Amino acid sequence: MTDTLLEIDHLSVDYETARGDLKALRDITFDIRKGEIVGIVGESGCGKSTLISSILRLTAPNTRFREGEVRFKGQDLLKASERQMRDLRGADISIVFQDPMQTHNPVLSIGQQMVDIQHRSKASKAEKLDRAAKMLGAVGIPDAQARLKQFPHEFSGGMRQRIAIAMALMSEPDLLIADEPTTALDATLEVQIIERLQELQSELHCAILFISHHLGVIAELCDRVVVMYAGAVVESGDVREIFHDPKHPYTRRLIDCDPGHIKERARVLPTIPGEVPDLANLPGGCIFRDRCDQAMPRCANEVPPLEQLREGHHAACWLNHEEVAS
Amino acid sequence: MLNFAIRRFGLALLILFVAVTVMFLMIRAVPGDPVQIMLGPRATPELQARLTAELALDQPIWRQLVIFYTNLVQGDLGIDVFSGRSVTEIVFQQLPHTLWLILAAITWSAALGIGIGAYAAAHPNTLIDRITAAISVSFVAAPAFVVALLSLLIFAVHLQWFPAIGAGEGFWGRLNHLVLPAFAIGLSWVGYIARLVRASMLEVMGENHVRTARAFGINERRVVLVYALRIAILPVVTVIGVGMGFLLSSAVFAEIVFARPGLGKLVIDSITTRNYPIVMGSVLISTALFVISTALADLINAWLDPRARAAK
Ligand SMILES: Nc1ncnc2c1ncn2[C@@H]1O[C@H](COP(=O)(O)OP(=O)(O)O)[C@@H](O)[C@H]1O
Ligand code: SF4
Ligand SMILES: [Mg+2]
Repeated sequence: MTDTLLEIDHLSVDYETARGDLKALRDITFDIRKGEIVGIVGESGCGKSTLISSILRLTAPNTRFREGEVRFKGQDLLKASERQMRDLRGADISIVFQDPMQTHNPVLSIGQQMVDIQHRSKASKAEKLDRAAKMLGAVGIPDAQARLKQFPHEFSGGMRQRIAIAMALMSEPDLLIADEPTTALDATLEVQIIERLQELQSELHCAILFISHHLGVIAELCDRVVVMYAGAVVESGDVREIFHDPKHPYTRRLIDCDPGHIKERARVLPTIPGEVPDLANLPGGCIFRDRCDQAMPRCANEVPPLEQLREGHHAACWLNHEEVAS
Repeated sequence: MLNFAIRRFGLALLILFVAVTVMFLMIRAVPGDPVQIMLGPRATPELQARLTAELALDQPIWRQLVIFYTNLVQGDLGIDVFSGRSVTEIVFQQLPHTLWLILAAITWSAALGIGIGAYAAAHPNTLIDRITAAISVSFVAAPAFVVALLSLLIFAVHLQWFPAIGAGEGFWGRLNHLVLPAFAIGLSWVGYIARLVRASMLEVMGENHVRTARAFGINERRVVLVYALRIAILPVVTVIGVGMGFLLSSAVFAEIVFARPGLGKLVIDSITTRNYPIVMGSVLISTALFVISTALADLINAWLDPRARAAK
């Protein structure tokens, strides 16, 4: 399996808080192959941002990596030195963080920041500025050369998101991670950015880990999808297969409340009755039980394991077990 | 930026006008006949009458104010009652001493305070952080005149490392004479600035853009010194600008303790003798210093922070 780029292997991550340990990620396992686009979907608070920050070890100071490995090209990043991590960051792996309004330094010009991130290149400052302008042009920012002198607050949210994407793609990374890059934008802009990402991906052949709670976008863009709920993977597999035949009630509910097509964006974010369980005080049994309309007695006592149902399609629900058993 | 600068200084002028007018009226409200106090017991009625007329004290107060401002715009602050010299000249002779003192105090305390604060923020809750916190708090609590007296006794009188009084001659002489008074004035600022920078640095380091800089593998030194510190020192600039009044008053103490020439000594001497023109002259310059320094702080902030530039 030499074409595997990133393997998340039984990863468990806690946040230490005054209320006790918050189990933000539990036993996460999935992988990304070279050039593949994988989507992560799940409601707000499911641990999507924690997961992607963990990959580059850029989580908050109160984070504790409890168990598991994050292997990039075979190397366990959780055991890598700070120096090795720095060599990867923004070179082999780039991230577009959530919230474009906060992602750039407010007192440095965009040009300065885009020159700074090319610190590995030996080119002159003028050449770096040229590259920056080209990259901004590629993500659809008009008059890029002149706009390099401007500061983040002089750009709209959509523009800042494009700048963040341009910056992340500058080094032509093997893996681009984008955390809800279109959530803050209106539908038209969202379509534009997704199309631009698709074009750039086919040019650069990088793998993309794309996070969204908009299933329609995932369906449009991704090859495979990982569905997260309350810090755990509840289903993963080929996008088309999961859309047509979801094997977890949570996935089914997500699909029900999303039109499933990029151009008709869900007017409201996916709403499923009930709340995500308290991660500091997780109930026993299935984590989705309180909100599941198909719950059985067994679901209250036993945690359903994430099992392979078909080649590449995993789900964690006792319903599948019943089917297999019967 | 230029537009902002012009408007900011317009505002400064307005503040200056209001403050000086209030001070003018307040000084005149001090009880006792100023002419009598100025001239002392030997005053003859003719002399008194002449001085009263010279100072326009026989005029209604609004006329006195008009006269004061009319002279002021011509750069004329009046004549010193005793020496007969121009007040403008006297004040501008003393001003540099005070300016150098304040500049020296702010420079060393800001440099050290920012260094300590940034270091403490980079190593939060370590032993060093706690030690600097304790030292900073005790520095903040140390009033300038106590530090001035103690440092005079210890370093000048007892150890004789530095001269005790005066302003010194020549560059090195002046610098040598600046050390103790600048130390006395700056000490509490070191602690204050260190605490301020530590707090704002911790906040900035937690902001998303710092994580972005790290996500691009930018080395940690540059992240701390350029990406974070530049934002974290913004409140320091404001605090020093607004603290100019406080700095001036500690400079007064230091000038008295170390018998240094300067605005502080000039004000104290002239108030005790009711030397109105000198009092008004030094008050005017001190107020101007305060107003200019707050405006300057805003301008420096606007220069450091493009967001502030846009908002104004
Ligand atoms: N630094 C932190 N300390 C404690 N709890 C945190 C911290 N960061 C995030 N959380 C919590 O962890 C959970 C997962 O958050 P996050 O990864 O941001 O989810 P998502 O990106 O899916 O919305 C949430 O309950 C959130 O409140
Ligand atoms: S295991 Fe039970 S409660 Fe959990 S999702 Fe499946 S059916 Fe619902
Ligand atoms: Mg998130």
